[in-house]
Amino acid sequence: MKVSRLVALCCVLVLSSAGLCFAAQSPPAPKIDSGDTAWVLMSAALVMLMTPGLAFFYGGLVRRKNYLSVLMQCFIVLAALSIQWVLLGYSLSFAPGTSWIGGLQWIGLKGVGFEPYPSYSATIPHQAFMIFQAMFAVITPALIIGAFAERMKFSAFLIFTILWATFVYDPVAHWIWGVGGWLREMGAMDFAGGAVVHINAGIAALVAAVMIGKRKCFDKHSVPPHSLPFSVLGAGLLWFGWFGFNAGSALGANALAVNAFVVTHTAGAAAALTWAIIDWKFNGAPTMLGTISGAIAGLATITPAAGYVGIISAIFIGVVASILCFAAVSFLKHKFRYDDSLDAFGIHGIGGIWGTLATGLFASKAINPAGANGLLFGNPKQFLIQLITVAVTAGYALIATYILYKIVDWAVGIRVNEDDEAIGLDLTQHNEHAYTILD
Amino acid sequence: MKLVTAIIKPHHLEQVKEELYKAEVNLITVSEVLGHGRQKGVTEVYRGFKETGNLLRKIRIEIAVNDNFVEPTIKAIIKGAKTGKTGDGKIFVVDLAECVRIRTEERGGEAIG
Repeated sequence: MKVSRLVALCCVLVLSSAGLCFAAQSPPAPKIDSGDTAWVLMSAALVMLMTPGLAFFYGGLVRRKNYLSVLMQCFIVLAALSIQWVLLGYSLSFAPGTSWIGGLQWIGLKGVGFEPYPSYSATIPHQAFMIFQAMFAVITPALIIGAFAERMKFSAFLIFTILWATFVYDPVAHWIWGVGGWLREMGAMDFAGGAVVHINAGIAALVAAVMIGKRKCFDKHSVPPHSLPFSVLGAGLLWFGWFGFNAGSALGANALAVNAFVVTHTAGAAAALTWAIIDWKFNGAPTMLGTISGAIAGLATITPAAGYVGIISAIFIGVVASILCFAAVSFLKHKFRYDDSLDAFGIHGIGGIWGTLATGLFASKAINPAGANGLLFGNPKQFLIQLITVAVTAGYALIATYILYKIVDWAVGIRVNEDDEAIGLDLTQHNEHAYTILD
Repeated sequence: MKLVTAIIKPHHLEQVKEELYKAEVNLITVSEVLGHGRQKGVTEVYRGFKETGNLLRKIRIEIAVNDNFVEPTIKAIIKGAKTGKTGDGKIFVVDLAECVRIRTEERGGEAIG
């Protein structure tokens, strides 16, 4: 028994030293792994489905005269930004360039082929990574729709979205995820987009909501959701897609993906339950809208942390996410009287900020050796890095969104006129009704 | 007692309600209806939008009032729904034979207010 253990130990030592020598000489040649590739492609499809999912989530919350306008805005983002991404966005975000912005050498996906690009992932074709990231670039601007729902001109929306993706999303993605990006070099940890996606879109949403102004009815009466079942359907699709979003960000079918999958699910569940309980306590009943809002808040919050934290941390992150987001939606919004119509800032902005900071608290090298420990595991420096990441992302999103908004407003006018707002965007912007009455 | 029925554009409802409350007319029944006036819906086409079978979405308001409230009610509806353009709608006033409040079995003018 003892001898066999000794032999095994020797074997391990020899093998690992051989491995170390090999590593010292040259990195292993990138080789496509079919399992990894299959998972990343599948994940890309899952994340794609989140945008129509978001459309239903948001669409159910607006009045029925504006239902199609929200579905249309989400869907056109899927189309327009997918083209922007392959032509320009991917290169600006991920091509080697300066620490501030990617180079232009990958424009039109030139040179982005089927060989792995090891700086991002050594085991999947480069284009698989590209199309996975495309879905992130699509859903991020779509999140902002919740802030200006029911009153933005479609033409202005289209121009604003393409500009925002190019001048806000692409640079921030490069800083945090791109080769040579300055926040990445500094050690920022954002596993699947707490800062790049949720803080970025959340702050943009706040700026847009304040600048476009309140809906005409905002001060007079509450605007009831026209179909909560659609929102529940949307929340279900989002939750489902989030497995691709977070577990897919492991870029391989491996243990890290499993960790991300499990903590994502757990944080979403904890947050949904928490919001339902808060609702019950403060509003007298556990509401459907509150429960799905909690789920989305938890899922958004765990996003940056999914690849770095364990299960208990995930529960804590989810519970706190619902408490903070509930406070933002119920108190902050009403105190400052801004019409963030569908709570894009209250859920994604606040959730993203808490999640990115929580990563700096709860990250553990026991979960992900390639990451770093957080404050609670003896590394306060990581928390500071996360704090800087939050401040920089929020600050840049605030200023850049403000400038882009002003430009688009000057060029075509952002808001529809009062009559069109009263009649509804479906008819005035798209010449369609979501529902018929007789047929 | 009269029954005032008004057919208005859907997006005028909020304004009409506000004017009615100002006139202290607080009892109102609202339903969603389809219809058209003498233009058969054609001139109300919005930016070239064609409604199927030219029936347009309208809101019907029904208010039962005592005689002294008829004029204030009509004025409030006009104030809230008039743009001066085709399609603003119509107001009908008919005599009301009886009114019963189910809870108390009160009848007539007592039951209306």
